Amino acid sequence: MKRCNHLVDVGRRHFLTGAGAISAGAAAATVLPSEAKAAAGGAVVKYPSNRLANVRDLKVNEPLQVAYPDKDAPGVLLKLGSRVPGGVGADGDVVGFTTICQHKGFPLAYKASDKTLNCPGHYSRFDCEKGGQQIWGQATQNLPQYTLRVDEKGDIYAEGLDELLYGRLSNVL
Amino acid sequence: MAYKRRIDRLPIIPADAKEHNVTCHFCIVGCGYKAYTWDVNREGTPEPAGNKLNVDLSKQQPAETTAWYSPSMYNIVKQNGRDVHIVIKPDKNCVVNSGLGSVRGARIAEESFSEARSTQLQRLTTPMVWRYGQMQPTSWDDALDLVARGTAAVIADQGEDGLFVSAFDHGGAGGGYENTWGTGKLYFEAMKVKNIRIHNRPAYNSEVHATRDMGVGELNNCYEDAELADTIVAIGTNALETQTNYFLNHWVPNLRGTSLDKKRAELANEPHEQAIIVDPRRTVTVNACEVEAGKDRVLHLAINSGTDLALFNAWFTYIAEKGWTDKAFIAASTNGFDKAVAANKTTVEEAAQITGLTPDQIRRSAEWIAQPKQGGARRRTMFAYEKGLIWGNDNYRTNGAIVNVALATGNIGRPGGGCVRMGGHQEGYSRPSDAHVGKPAAYVDKLLIEGRGGVHHIWACDHYKTTLNALKFKQAYKRRTDLVKDAMSAVPYGDRRATADAIVSAIKRGGLFAVDVDIVPTQIGQASHVWLPAATSGEMNLTSMNGERRMRLTERYMDPPGAALPDCLIAARIANNLERVFREMGKNDVADRFKGFDWKTEEDAFMDGYHKHEKGGEFVTYARLRVMGNNGFQEPAVGLESAGSTGGPERIVGTKRLYADGKFGSKDGKATFMETRWRGLQAEGKEEERRKFAFLINNGRANHVWQNAYLDQQNEFVTDRWPYPFIELNPQDMSELGLKSGDLVEVFNDNGSTQAMAYPTPSAKRKQAFMLFAYPTGVQGNVVSPGVNELIIPNYKQTWGNIRKIADAPEAIGHLTFKSQEYSV
Repeated sequence: MKRCNHLVDVGRRHFLTGAGAISAGAAAATVLPSEAKAAAGGAVVKYPSNRLANVRDLKVNEPLQVAYPDKDAPGVLLKLGSRVPGGVGADGDVVGFTTICQHKGFPLAYKASDKTLNCPGHYSRFDCEKGGQQIWGQATQNLPQYTLRVDEKGDIYAEGLDELLYGRLSNVL
Repeated sequence: MAYKRRIDRLPIIPADAKEHNVTCHFCIVGCGYKAYTWDVNREGTPEPAGNKLNVDLSKQQPAETTAWYSPSMYNIVKQNGRDVHIVIKPDKNCVVNSGLGSVRGARIAEESFSEARSTQLQRLTTPMVWRYGQMQPTSWDDALDLVARGTAAVIADQGEDGLFVSAFDHGGAGGGYENTWGTGKLYFEAMKVKNIRIHNRPAYNSEVHATRDMGVGELNNCYEDAELADTIVAIGTNALETQTNYFLNHWVPNLRGTSLDKKRAELANEPHEQAIIVDPRRTVTVNACEVEAGKDRVLHLAINSGTDLALFNAWFTYIAEKGWTDKAFIAASTNGFDKAVAANKTTVEEAAQITGLTPDQIRRSAEWIAQPKQGGARRRTMFAYEKGLIWGNDNYRTNGAIVNVALATGNIGRPGGGCVRMGGHQEGYSRPSDAHVGKPAAYVDKLLIEGRGGVHHIWACDHYKTTLNALKFKQAYKRRTDLVKDAMSAVPYGDRRATADAIVSAIKRGGLFAVDVDIVPTQIGQASHVWLPAATSGEMNLTSMNGERRMRLTERYMDPPGAALPDCLIAARIANNLERVFREMGKNDVADRFKGFDWKTEEDAFMDGYHKHEKGGEFVTYARLRVMGNNGFQEPAVGLESAGSTGGPERIVGTKRLYADGKFGSKDGKATFMETRWRGLQAEGKEEERRKFAFLINNGRANHVWQNAYLDQQNEFVTDRWPYPFIELNPQDMSELGLKSGDLVEVFNDNGSTQAMAYPTPSAKRKQAFMLFAYPTGVQGNVVSPGVNELIIPNYKQTWGNIRKIADAPEAIGHLTFKSQEYSV
């Protein structure tokens, strides 16, 4: 477990301070998540619609740390600067992903120079411009991406996920 | 858009779910998994008492938790005829992988046959025969009768040399001790078949003849040695992608320095660890070693393709000159050292000239291998090689040359040492003697192309994807098998004797009758006349051993699809039918040789084979292996020990390292050094090919894909990432060829042509391409020449060809990422 903790720390450090990633004290999204409760026994989980940020909070290629569908599920919002799959907003370039690796649950670090999320645990890499496709790695899923909606005020809401998150057997606990 | 499963919830494993031991059936590492099964109409609950994991599942679980499984680890399968949920997840308590799952093994469940969830519906469920111009389902009795009559007719006409066989010789899926014994007893005991080959090479021979001839079995160390070594020398092995959890769980802790505690406990005064990687290509393994150990402690020796031998001889010479040899070991445990030193003498400068390395790189790597440590202690160096060497230039001598270095430095049989094949599949070889095959063995593919043989039995092999000279092989094979198809189609239905006569008559005109035993329809199966459906690991009990000789039993956890049977029982039923048909033909003496195949279960085959015939086999039974669980024991078994106060069955005692007593596998117990002179590109035609064509078409495996993608070809996660095989190209080369990312290219030379999609790779050297091997949508073997070594070992790696653009990236490629595969932050 020593190694595991060490890695988590390393990963966290990379995420917070790594090349081009958000600096310590980066804006944490001002959100009050609504209560997330799984419908008992339901075949499909009911996702909360959570406001994560406003488009004005985003700067091109600077990750904004968020959490969805609850505070125990860290993620990131990105304005990539060019239209991408799953992108929303006026430029179709705003995307959101979990930042926990689907392989063994280590925190991913954002690498701004090629717009990828990278895992310090076992070197997996995910392309934020290609729907979280695993470029290389040990995860058996491409990276869970947020279903996003932007309202007329520019508020960005997450309203779903397209893959099961690491460390939970229901995306909504 | 990248493929997503849209699964946001999985059933919870209930506390009373059944638990089964599973060894991953893909690569040689053999990671431990557990399969949990329970009735389809139930599931567990989130509170700890309500689930098998004994954890509160209403909470987010932390990194490396054992209380999570991905959608790919889940499925619904049949067990004793009933639908059950199944979860197959990595076993934290297995010392091989310690809970790690690779991108391949963590998909065992998803790659299982499931009618309920439509996975692997390609699996063969029923025997099929060529009828009405296509493959049609039939009964086992009908199919086996046709196989027996066709085979017996050919043997009666041509003798046993008219029966050609392609068969697995390994462990894991499409292999295992039960199944190698079943096929081995059929072809080597009931018959003495000589024209036989193995799944990945065109003859029946060892990939590593040299080390065996020197008295050194190639799987001689244990995975822990990678944690204890001072220096790891990795030759032509891309372990992060192809032996993933061996690398992650045993190499990385050493490179990272986290195995220091273990080192201190087991070996005092050890210095820091380092890695030498010999590979023309910068792989993700090189990158990961640099990430973990630091660039200053990794030497990537990017040699000219095929020049390993010159490097090894230079190491051997330099180490001997410096006196960094283990003199006591050489004196006590080896023969022929002085002779080999004289014969293999290669200066650092000569090797630099041949390999393209600098003299300093060669000297420095020799120091890392053999220079005594502070205080004069011997350096512990582990040598690991794989297909870069095995499928490379001058296999026999090159293999011998690296064993020379390991022996000279006393690194076999010692902690932190070893000179080992990394391996592809697990092992699981148990067969009667193959001495009658001879050495060199018959070049089976060449004989088939030349029109030899009348009947071909194929066991879990797909030459169409995995052989050399593949295009010419396919052309000849199709022509020959079409003759038999047309003959069969001309016979009125129901007239079996007329069908057999038609087959024989077509064979006399150059035809070939092909019987394909497999779990899925293969590409060579398209040319076959009979398909026999086989069960795979987990659908039968199956034993194998991994790369450190660790033997485990995978317990049957689900039913085989439809009427599919374990290969060993298919072999037994073929034997039963041959006995019957030969008796009908009045050949009782021949028929009598097919007795002894009355097995009812795979365990019967195991007891008849491994238990009776293998070294230490008398100690090994299914019941004892169940007790030994996912850690099993390391072969050979040497005895039993009592379970102590806990009671229960005795435990099997194994062998952690081979040759730990300094005694080797030869008559006098000594290992013998080999004379291994450099002789350039050895295989016929390779040097001319190198001069004639612009690009090295290096080739090998990719992380996502297991073997020739026989299961992955129906896995959306894999086919989404790799709809076509990639070919890594230097971006400047791409620009000169007018290529963009994902463009389809043709790769061609005088042997044939194939296709791939261009993957820009800045770390690729100019004019050195790397193509995914054995992929269904672009077969690299099409451009590999028929040139082999003196023992009929193929030379896939040294292939040269030209490249041209076929088309812009097709629609299926539009969503793909082409970013660098190297991790960095």
